Amino acid sequence: MQKLISGKAYVLGDNIDTDQIIPAQYLTFNPAIPEEYKMFGKYTLSSVPPAQAGLPKGHIPFHTNDEFVSDYKIILAGKNFGCGSSREHAPIALDAAGIEAVVAEFYARIFFRNAVNGGYLIPFESIDRLCERVCTGDELQIDVVKSTLTNKSTGEVWKLKPLGEVAPIIEAGGVFNYARQVGMLKI
Amino acid sequence: MSAMTMTEKILAKHAGKSGVVPGDNIWVETDILMTHDVCGPGTIGIFKQHFGKDAKVWDREKVVIIPDHYIFTADKMANRNVDILRQFVAEQNIKYFYDVGTPKYKGVCHIALPEEGHTRPGEVLFGTDSHTCTAGAFGEFATGIGNTDAGFVMGTGKLWVKVPPTMRFVFHGKLPPYLMAKDLILSVIGDIGCDGATYKAMEFDGDGVYALNIEERMTLCNMVIEAGGKNGVIAPDEVTLAYVRARNASKKAFTVVKSDAGAKFVFEKVYDVTKLEPVIAKPHSPDNRAYVSEVKGEKLDRAYIGSCTGGKMTDFLAAAKILKGRSVKIDTFVVPATSEIAQGLKTTQLNGQSLEDVFLSAGAKIGQPSCAACLGGPSDTFGRLNTPLSCISTTNRNYPGRMGHKEARVFLASPLTVAASAVTGTIADPRDCLQ
Repeated sequence: MQKLISGKAYVLGDNIDTDQIIPAQYLTFNPAIPEEYKMFGKYTLSSVPPAQAGLPKGHIPFHTNDEFVSDYKIILAGKNFGCGSSREHAPIALDAAGIEAVVAEFYARIFFRNAVNGGYLIPFESIDRLCERVCTGDELQIDVVKSTLTNKSTGEVWKLKPLGEVAPIIEAGGVFNYARQVGMLKI
Repeated sequence: MSAMTMTEKILAKHAGKSGVVPGDNIWVETDILMTHDVCGPGTIGIFKQHFGKDAKVWDREKVVIIPDHYIFTADKMANRNVDILRQFVAEQNIKYFYDVGTPKYKGVCHIALPEEGHTRPGEVLFGTDSHTCTAGAFGEFATGIGNTDAGFVMGTGKLWVKVPPTMRFVFHGKLPPYLMAKDLILSVIGDIGCDGATYKAMEFDGDGVYALNIEERMTLCNMVIEAGGKNGVIAPDEVTLAYVRARNASKKAFTVVKSDAGAKFVFEKVYDVTKLEPVIAKPHSPDNRAYVSEVKGEKLDRAYIGSCTGGKMTDFLAAAKILKGRSVKIDTFVVPATSEIAQGLKTTQLNGQSLEDVFLSAGAKIGQPSCAACLGGPSDTFGRLNTPLSCISTTNRNYPGRMGHKEARVFLASPLTVAASAVTGTIADPRDCLQ
């Protein structure tokens, strides 16, 4: 597991649901096929209303130079990130677009499981409401071991909640490797 | 062992434990794994990646495959995905597959599961769809999972689950004729918020719940996910058992499980249903609750009656009561959830007129059974909001872009409220249309 995650922040608000993360019309791509997996990255966050895309100003496109991969590496969001459907295409789309971690106040349950069990990205929980204190484009660094978030653009440092009981699954790289480690899976 | 809720009891039994408490992480045995055309191909990919390309599913009679999302479309990728399911079913000799274009085709998985006898009290059902929680109406633990979890279950029959604490919602009284289960669940979601039940089970109880038919109980459980709930559950009564016994596909024995006296709940919230009013969820969140009387008169472009939560016989009978003898003033789309319900629209009569005739005579369009425009889908999907329209719908979500266009405005309401609005052309109160 990576010890440090660094990169530009893309800031979103509360209740970013899976339809906003990856709209249903693109679910026809099959994530099991690598060329199609890449396609999800092109449409990541494409249903977020423009005024709420890239806070605090909004109207900031998620993709800049590359149509498949974003320059942003960390999503900073409010409450209930990933609510809505069970589509694993949501963490897949974020992963395909180059997102390595999401920091939100808390997650909808299925999105959280999918992110952890599939090993696509690390879903951190913040203690404070950071989506109103970080700006899109700020340079962030997450210390995965110490559970801290540093805003290198402003010098602020915040404590994140420890990964807790899902840490072993994240460290293993997903539920399959974890199940092998604990003897649940013999293959 | 101390007293447990029914969700805890079902999970404990499936983990081979005498007791569990909320927060326990346990491995549970799966009774049924359901997947469909949107998440099936990805699940199959994960299964093969980890268990090998020649691997066999853990139990060919426990994997149920129901294509339902993108069915009546010219979209090549969508049709390719159904082909992937067909190939997998043939290779694995899957027993329960409801293929498109055959007499076995059903439509929306959450309604097809009980109709075809795959829901039984006391069981554990996982499905690659968040509305799998619908089956809690049959007294089982049912929840939605992703492709990775489903791929894991396909190979092992097991999954790790964190035992949720349970919130208890008690409804008293007999529903007035202008209210439906949709008004009850939209009231609950409005009260606790769209994250109010995150990681928690929602148990429904009280004479107000047991006065509902099984379809209405399914509507209650269907939308627990809109409050973030892990599962919704209603203990079985004779109504449940009569339905299950008449359909039970494999004739498998089942055990009725109920919460123990003295079981611990996060809280208990009590509603007197006779005092509630018709409720609507305004754009763009299912918890953006208003009374219909507060937003009456707001202009609409479209009405939609369909989906797992709003496309059952009870929903259409309710809508027909208002549409009979009237004409719609806005484009109105009717989508039966399953082929059985589509047939029911032809055979079920309301005062000597079939429901199908009631809808067509009123000027509504009737589509083929599937998820259709509930979640947008390919651009040629029946009823999809391809432009920024205002739509009132019996479906379960109204986040931006859910039914197609990201600037469309979607109002969620009961079939009675949607039908009243369809004939008025603006948001309307069913009390003004029901005599």
